[in-house]
Parts: sequence; structure tokens; C-alpha cells
Amino acid sequence: MRTRKGIVKPNGPQRLRDTEAKKLSTRAVASSCLVTLACLSITTFAQSPLNSGQGTPNLGRPVSEADIAAWDISILPDGTGLPAGSGTPEQGAKIFAAKCALCHGPEGKGGTAAAVVGGAPLTNGIDTPKTIANFWPYATTLFDFTRRAMPWQQPRTLTNDEVYALTAYILSLNKIIGPSDTMNAQTLPKVRMPNRDGFVVRFPEKMP
Amino acid sequence: MSSIEVVAGNGLLHRRAFLTRGSAFAAAVTGYALSDTAAAQQLVDQPWSKGRGVAVQGYGTPSPFEKNVVRTLSNPQGEPRTAHGRTPHHLINGTFTPNGLHFVISHSGNPDIDPSQHRLVIHGLVTRPLEFTLEALHRYPMVSRMTFLECGGNSAGLFSSEPLQADIQAIHGLVSCSEWTGVMLSTLLDEAGIDPKAKWLIAEGADSLALSRSVPITKALDDAMIALYQNGERLMPGNGYPMRLLLPGWEGNMNVKYLRRLKLVEQPAMSYYEARTYAPILPGGKAYQFYFLQEVKSFITHPSPGLRMNGPGFYEISGVAYSANGRIAKVMVSADGGKTWAQAALQAPVLPKAFTRFRAPWRWDGAPVVLQSRAWDEGGNVQPTRAEVIARRGQTSKPLTNPLGFPSQHYNGPTSWRVESTGEVRNAYA
Repeated sequence: MRTRKGIVKPNGPQRLRDTEAKKLSTRAVASSCLVTLACLSITTFAQSPLNSGQGTPNLGRPVSEADIAAWDISILPDGTGLPAGSGTPEQGAKIFAAKCALCHGPEGKGGTAAAVVGGAPLTNGIDTPKTIANFWPYATTLFDFTRRAMPWQQPRTLTNDEVYALTAYILSLNKIIGPSDTMNAQTLPKVRMPNRDGFVVRFPEKMP
Repeated sequence: MSSIEVVAGNGLLHRRAFLTRGSAFAAAVTGYALSDTAAAQQLVDQPWSKGRGVAVQGYGTPSPFEKNVVRTLSNPQGEPRTAHGRTPHHLINGTFTPNGLHFVISHSGNPDIDPSQHRLVIHGLVTRPLEFTLEALHRYPMVSRMTFLECGGNSAGLFSSEPLQADIQAIHGLVSCSEWTGVMLSTLLDEAGIDPKAKWLIAEGADSLALSRSVPITKALDDAMIALYQNGERLMPGNGYPMRLLLPGWEGNMNVKYLRRLKLVEQPAMSYYEARTYAPILPGGKAYQFYFLQEVKSFITHPSPGLRMNGPGFYEISGVAYSANGRIAKVMVSADGGKTWAQAALQAPVLPKAFTRFRAPWRWDGAPVVLQSRAWDEGGNVQPTRAEVIARRGQTSKPLTNPLGFPSQHYNGPTSWRVESTGEVRNAYA
């Protein structure tokens, strides 16, 4: 299992000293600003990125995106965040049989966990079981969730190639891509899911 | 007795009837499922009044007589599927939910987090990516606020085409209310420096699913909090220890537990839980996306299925009302299935996005009745009728058989409790 080593390493003495020094220097700032803090509105802060953090404790430790890499597993629908690597349905079939079929059933037809193939039309009713084929709007979600959460007992143990291969296999089972289509950071975001346009935003006024 | 005014059908009294000085029946008002009230007995000095008491505990637990006041569990053995613990609303009162009874939904078990090793990272479209320890967050200015937390799937059984025969805990047990204390997220975002291109943030937990949801930056800057305390003590493990995102009034699942990462981005991630799970299907086959709000709602907790009436006479009808759109403005109560209504008393303080306890005195004549409540919020939103909800949202094609099933989400219509002449209380549609 992947650990959180990339981020959660014990503080070394040097780092601890740095952190303490920073805290001491910011404490005075913080205490002198506490009174005025309540008077400053949140929106004022938000609109002043150049004056970022003035009047607040500033006790966060600056980190680089490289420090966060092990945790930064978010994939966006346009493909942002997709890693290098690739996989085919054929490769995915073998991995699925070994690591997924125990719960999702042979060829993804369902077991103790949901089927990953097929699905009834959503017009069957409000309680129609939601599936990858009948519901999921973006193929990137399949990569993202498989990588972060699967296998259920051993999440974040699959390699990126394995996740691409499983994604390709499942999309192929559902005939959303062809049996020899390769999935990678370029091809996956271009996959158009059948229910892409099946959604209505409930509260448009709450969207940013 | 002449001061007692019946204001609506089947014995609903004026909401201030019990507050009237000298109300002869005030002492007769008790709870539900009373123990034997047969002939009075001579009082005796009980053994527990004459012996040495039980020693004080380091962390108090309820009286052994309250052992049945517990959450009901959908997955007590921790099998590899989602586990739900539901709040017993019929066995508690007031507005805050005790921490041990706060509802929990755990999609992969509660991680056993060492707080000294936990980190919160803010990165993405920011000027300075930052990492916070719990110790650092504890030095920030904190705020406390009461807010309800409700699963998008709470009350889903009321989408059943026939009334589900289940108690209130099964039907409405996935909403609770607490005082949360923590650091305003806007403070931390300001320190990181928000890139104007950032429209969303992706919140992610340190659980085994690394559960993630996308949150509009507008909500994050409005009233979002990094919650560290729940009703005065550190968060319970089931509620996100050592820290969670709190989005007052918004769908429970978005209040990401075990929060470890906030990434500012331009577009939503379309994560599993927002793209699939919490997107209810509509009649016709489209589905709602980004439901966000837990809309105005109320339900009667006393009486309710799970409690039993103890014969005709005086009772207090009471329940909770809440809305993501602010304070509760008014609650009406009916004892004749919605034909006539009496205004309920709202217990102060009435706080925005928090449980408001409503109370209405009632004289039950012992005949079958149907009790309902209906709430309005300060934004002018009214709890829709069940017919209105079903017209817009549909219902199951067959009656729901699993009382813990989720045929859809975000039901905020009324609940109708039918009180039988036997004193039994059942879920009904009216």
C-alpha cells in the first residue's frame, strides 16, 4: 500500500528549528493584528492576493508542488493531472481477473460489488442502478476513482499503466471504445461517455 | 381550562397554551411510551438512594438505562461496503446531537489517524502552496457555529411509492446538528493567495478512498470552516478526526472528513461522488448535478414511529426544522393530514443553517389521526408537499422493500405520521 511518506515525514531537528523560529516571528504580528482581524471582511482578503496573509497568523509551511506530488492525484475532465503511461483492454482484462473480479464478478458482470458493464436506460425510473455506461459523464472519473480507491482493500497500489489498462478494459466491455484502443493521457479525455449530456445543474446560481 | 384554545383539527392547541400561567394540565404533559401509570403507590426510599453511588468516570457515559439510545448500523461487521450509523431522533430532544449519536456514513471505515502526523495542504492555483499541522491550526483565530449536517440521501425512503414501514431513525437518521469550532477556510486561502483563475477547490480526505469532492470557491470564501471541534471536543473519528471541511447547509458528503488536501482549480473534478453518487435521476432520464443545498425541511420526532402513545390526553408534538438558506421562519403543524394547521412555537435561539426545535401542544382524543409538519425559511422557501416533490422528482415504480435503501436523494417534502387508536405510530402518506 502506498503510504503518505511523500508528505508526512517526521520533522527533522533542522526543520523543527526553522518552524519554531517562524512561529516566534509571526506570533508578534498575529497578536498585533488580532484586534483588527475581526473588522476586516473576508472578501477584502480574497480580493487582495498581493497582500496575501497580512493580518493572519501565517503558520503554514510553504511547500512546493514537488513535495505534494504523492498526494496530488486529482484528474480533471479535460485530462489535467493524467499521468504518463498507457494500457489496452487486453492488458486490462488480465489485471481485472486478478485484482477486481473477486468483487465485481467475472468480466465485470457484478458480484458483491456493482457490475461495471451494462446498465438499464435511465428512463426506467429514478431508482435505476447507475452504471458507467448509463450514467457516468466523464471517462476521466473512471481513471481517477480506480486509481484513488481501488482495489477496495488495497487502494493506491495499482501502477498508472494498470489503471490505464483497467480503464480501457472497462470502457471496451461497455463498447464505448474499441477492443484495441489504447488509453493514455491524450486519448482518455477524448472518450465521449454516452450520458455526457444527461445532466441538469440543480442550482445554477450556486455555481462559481 | 377555558384558557386552552383549540386552534386546528383533532385537538391541536395554541402554541402558547402550555405557557399559560396556571394551566391545570401542565403537570400531566409527559413524554411518550410512559412506564406504567396505574394506581399510585406509596413512595419508598429506593436502594440506590441509600447506598454509595457509582464512582465518577473519566469520560462519562449515559445511564445503563439508556442503553437503547444508540445509532442503528447498516454494516456492523465492517464488510467492504458503505456503513451508515443513524441518529435516534425519537430518543433525544433539543437541537444538538450528542457526538456519539451523530450520524456517520463511512464508505471505507474510519481511518485511525495519528493527529501529530496529519497534514492539511492547500495548493494548485495559489501564490504559495502551504502545509498546516494540527498544532499550527490550533493557534489560528477560531469561530464556533451551530450547523446541521445532512446526507443527501437522508429521508430517501419517502420516495417509495408506498409508505415505508420503518421508524424515524431509518427514515430521517442521516441528519444531525452540532456546534462546530475551527478555523475559517477563507483565512487559510488568503494566506495561500488565491489565483483569480481559481473557481473550484477539490477537497480530499486521508481515508482509504481519498474521498474527494469539488466545492465552488464562492462557498469556500463564504462560510466554510476547517472544523476541529464538535460540541466542544475533538471531532469523533466517524465525523472526520482530526479535521474536516464544514460547508454549512450543504450536502453532507461535500463536508469532506479527514481533510488533508485542498487543490484550487478552474473546473470541477467530476469525482465519483459528485458525477455519479450524489446526482439524483429525474423522471424522463436526466439527472440533477451539483445539488449542493439541503433545502428547507422539517419532521416530527415526537411522536414518531419507534415511539408509542400512552393513551388519550395531552402530549407535546415536537420536531426539528432546518434549511441551507438560513433561519427557519415558521413551522406549521397539522393533526388532520394537512387539512387544518396550527403554528408551532419555535424554540430560541433560532440559528441559521441549524436545527430549530418546534413544539405544539396537543390533546389527543384517542382516535386515529395523521400528524404533519411544514417549514418555511427566512428566504421565503417553503417545504413542498409530497405531491409537489413527486411531480418534479418522481417516486419508485415498486414499493421500497429495503428500509435502508436509497432510491433517490434530496427529499424535502413533509413526513406524515399516522397515530392509530392503539397508540402505534406509522409512516403514512397524506
